[in-house]
Amino acid sequence: MAQTPNKPQVRKRFRCDSIASVPQFTNSPTMIVMVGLPARGKTYISKKLTRYLNWIGVPTKVFNVGQYRRDAVRTYKNFEFFRPDNEEAMKIRKACARSALSDVGTYFMLEHGQAAVFDATNTTRERREIILSYAKDNGYKVFFIESICDDPEIIAENIKQVKLSSPDYIDCDKEEAVADFLKRIECYKVTYVPLDDDKDSHLSYIKIFNVGSRYLVNRVQDHIQSRIVYYLMNIHVTPRTIYLCRHGESELNLVGRIGGDSGLSPRGTQFAGALGKYIKSQSIPDLKVWTSHMKRTIQTAEALGVPYEQWKALNEIDAGVCEDLTYEEIQANYPEEFALRDQDKYRYRYPKGESYEDLVQRLEPVIMELERQENVLVVCHQAVMRCLLAYFLDKSAEELPYLKCPLHTVLKLTPVAYGCKVESVSLNVEAVNTHRDRPAAPDEPPCALLAPPSRHTRVQPMASPTPTRAPRLQDLGVTSLSLEVLQSQDTTERSVPHPFGIKLNLNNNQFSFSHF
Amino acid sequence: MSSYEDVPMETSPRELTQNPLRKIWMPYRNGLPDKHIPQRKVCMTNCPTLIVMVGLPARGKTYISKKLTRYLNWIGVPTKEFNVGQYRRECLKIYKNFEFFRQDNEEGLKIRRQCALTALNDVREYLGVEGGQVAVFDATNTTQERRNTIMKFADQNEYKVLCYISHFQHFISPKCTMFLCVCVGVCVTSCLFSQVFFVESVCEDPNVIAENIVQVKLGSPDYTDCNTEEAIEDFMKRIKCYENSYQPLDEVVDRALSYIKIMDVGRRYLVNRVQDHIQSRIVYYLMNIHITPRSIYLCRHGESDLNMKGRIGGDSGLTSRGKEFAQCLNHFIQEQNIRDLKVWTSQMKRTIQTAEALSMPYEQWKALNEIDAGVCEDMSYEEIQDHYPQEFALRDQDKYRYRYPKGESYEDLVQRLEPVIMELERQENVLVVCHQAVMRCLLAYFLDKSADELPYLKCPLHSVLKLTPVAYGCKVESIFLNVEAVNTHRDKPENVNISRLAKEALFTVPAHQ
Repeated sequence: MAQTPNKPQVRKRFRCDSIASVPQFTNSPTMIVMVGLPARGKTYISKKLTRYLNWIGVPTKVFNVGQYRRDAVRTYKNFEFFRPDNEEAMKIRKACARSALSDVGTYFMLEHGQAAVFDATNTTRERREIILSYAKDNGYKVFFIESICDDPEIIAENIKQVKLSSPDYIDCDKEEAVADFLKRIECYKVTYVPLDDDKDSHLSYIKIFNVGSRYLVNRVQDHIQSRIVYYLMNIHVTPRTIYLCRHGESELNLVGRIGGDSGLSPRGTQFAGALGKYIKSQSIPDLKVWTSHMKRTIQTAEALGVPYEQWKALNEIDAGVCEDLTYEEIQANYPEEFALRDQDKYRYRYPKGESYEDLVQRLEPVIMELERQENVLVVCHQAVMRCLLAYFLDKSAEELPYLKCPLHTVLKLTPVAYGCKVESVSLNVEAVNTHRDRPAAPDEPPCALLAPPSRHTRVQPMASPTPTRAPRLQDLGVTSLSLEVLQSQDTTERSVPHPFGIKLNLNNNQFSFSHF
Repeated sequence: MSSYEDVPMETSPRELTQNPLRKIWMPYRNGLPDKHIPQRKVCMTNCPTLIVMVGLPARGKTYISKKLTRYLNWIGVPTKEFNVGQYRRECLKIYKNFEFFRQDNEEGLKIRRQCALTALNDVREYLGVEGGQVAVFDATNTTQERRNTIMKFADQNEYKVLCYISHFQHFISPKCTMFLCVCVGVCVTSCLFSQVFFVESVCEDPNVIAENIVQVKLGSPDYTDCNTEEAIEDFMKRIKCYENSYQPLDEVVDRALSYIKIMDVGRRYLVNRVQDHIQSRIVYYLMNIHITPRSIYLCRHGESDLNMKGRIGGDSGLTSRGKEFAQCLNHFIQEQNIRDLKVWTSQMKRTIQTAEALSMPYEQWKALNEIDAGVCEDMSYEEIQDHYPQEFALRDQDKYRYRYPKGESYEDLVQRLEPVIMELERQENVLVVCHQAVMRCLLAYFLDKSADELPYLKCPLHSVLKLTPVAYGCKVESIFLNVEAVNTHRDKPENVNISRLAKEALFTVPAHQ
């Protein structure tokens, strides 16, 4: 085959890439292609899956073709646009799909993406063939996710939840919008060809029936696809709330020491009591309570008067040789370590201890089980809570270690539409502040100048990159409200992210010893 | 905020004490543990689960049953398989021919039904009295009627009481006597019904079926005195007997059931109504296993400096003999000429140094790091006995469950290694360069060793174990690469009392510098 100049080059992988908590998933990037009629939860799955993959360290981005269409055609009139015999519109829709496809290519080639979620209806065999041949030419793997739903109630709920607030219907009355949207679905139904068990038996896909009551899984090719399937089989849409909090203030918190396994201070015990009352006042059906294996979380849970479960995976980050030390002592004994940590807090691993990156890997089963469960209260630790919160709020690896998770404060997370609503509830018991911001380093050049767009290790959770086009209204509406409370200080105080060069050196160092 | 402050507190926090063996914090009252706190593991069961196999003969049901049972036991979920064919063979010492399985053989049907009922009763005994969490009911179960019988059996709500006993059983198993009282008057979970999960294997490919018959059926006691061709012919007729009455799980009729249908040995799966955590794990496991022939090579790093000095843990480099082993390992691997070999190491210097000699790419897993000996890292056994005689004795009492202070237990290690096993199942040829405790855990999975045997499995330095899956098990070849190394295996000493003498505690320590 003749090499076209703009064809992506074969991506080279160096041995240093394999420094990771778990082995590499795959060499060739994966296109995850959604299939299904409108209002079948394709965008919900796309966004959620992208958030998960980024969090576990697979750089992933959603490409929503509807968004491309809205950018191309500023004003949406009505469903007529989607009629299969509307040739003018068909041309535009095809062009949008093509343009999204080529952006996928750019993402893989230049931005080092490893997975792209192609979020469109893709209901015709022809459209899927175009995607397949594009992927084949470029050496991408393709995995289809088809959502099939024939329950009118679920569809109506979906339309109400997310479609009415779409920019398409911004100046429309609700009933008109619903009527138009239903006609739009009809337009697609005419040409809809579901993935066929016989004709498409060579493809890799999962079919999800009626929001997860049944799954058909065909030809899973590799580790990442297997993880995706497992994830999709564990998520659900039943309304529920997750409560995250830290243990009550501990004896070591009081004296400014990190790690250790101390008990609660008197104020910590007071918080545990207040937490018990708060949880009772919320009267939550079937609440599960999880703690770590550490004394301070168990003491906190003991005050609740309800059964709880202990997870070793929820234990605080292992600070290795720095356990039980104050920041001053760390600075005095290990000044270099301390500086390295400030340079890249997410990837920095304590000597004989863990990094935030390690922690995310350790917490993956917790996230999976949280997805399975309904109402849960997790009594955990600062670093652990930051990792969990980053998953729910789609925070990047750079932001994660600086998320504000103060003592004696409960975060109430409620899944809504495509995101998560956060309420921060302070239980009015004083506690020491344990949050240490990244010290400002004025002489450091801004990262934009030094940092290459690439990422060096595979397991680096990055938040879903900003959308290719302007964000949709509902995206803004979903999480922004209460998030501001959390972020306001964070964004103003936090200084420039660190330049990547240092990480590279580290990698080399780590490797050099193995060569000699 | 004040609204909830008025609610009176009924309970005041209890004192916590750390259990000396497993280092778990738990509430105590009057010096005794107050209740049982569930510990989260990779696999969790709240109710006993009955896994029911469905499918024609020679569809790999027994293979799946045995493999799944091995996995669940390894991960800490007590599981047992009940093979109805085995009951039939015991009841009917001599097997004549396929006629026994004909639908119109009333005598045969009666015996078979009786065997199924006996097996179900044993399931009841196992889940109820013996502390089992999962029972795998391995039979064809190809008719609606038979499956209904099983569902009815499971719906009998006597499990509420039995479940209680099962937790009790679970807890006296650690040898630490103080745990005996933990369960008095306490029941963590109660469930009215045991969960039933069907696993149906559907396969139309005649080659796969023929392969299965040759691999496992010809070795069956039914055909010991039979020539190969006769046996195959009889077995094919036996399959025919079932085909007439076979009712596969139906998407409409059985939509309320929880099941997985495995089609053509894992090319496709249909998963219906997964109910709980353990079912979800089982589905994940079944979707990752494959039957492509392959070999897994396990070895430890080359001899390290700390090995030489008889010290445990640490992150030292290789000795000159260790480096020599790394070279020999390279030759050995080259000679074996293995297709698409993947090499995995831990993130410790000694395994990476070993893999560096291999002239091929490798991947590092943090999960493969050696057991964390906490405060005992870098110490010799003599020093441990000197500083922590009680810890040393506790470890000898229950090496699997003992957790080092600020470190790990073998039990923790198995949980940490679960993703490694899952990925090993997915992969084909793999060489794992790891550590003594890690290799013991991995080996225990492949060889189905119990928690008591696991920490004493012999995994000497400078030897490669080649594991090749065959029929229902795993063939093991041990290859010593002829490079001398210190012995690091310490057997369980006779005296494990805390009051023992240092001499007794150190009796089994291998010689070192």
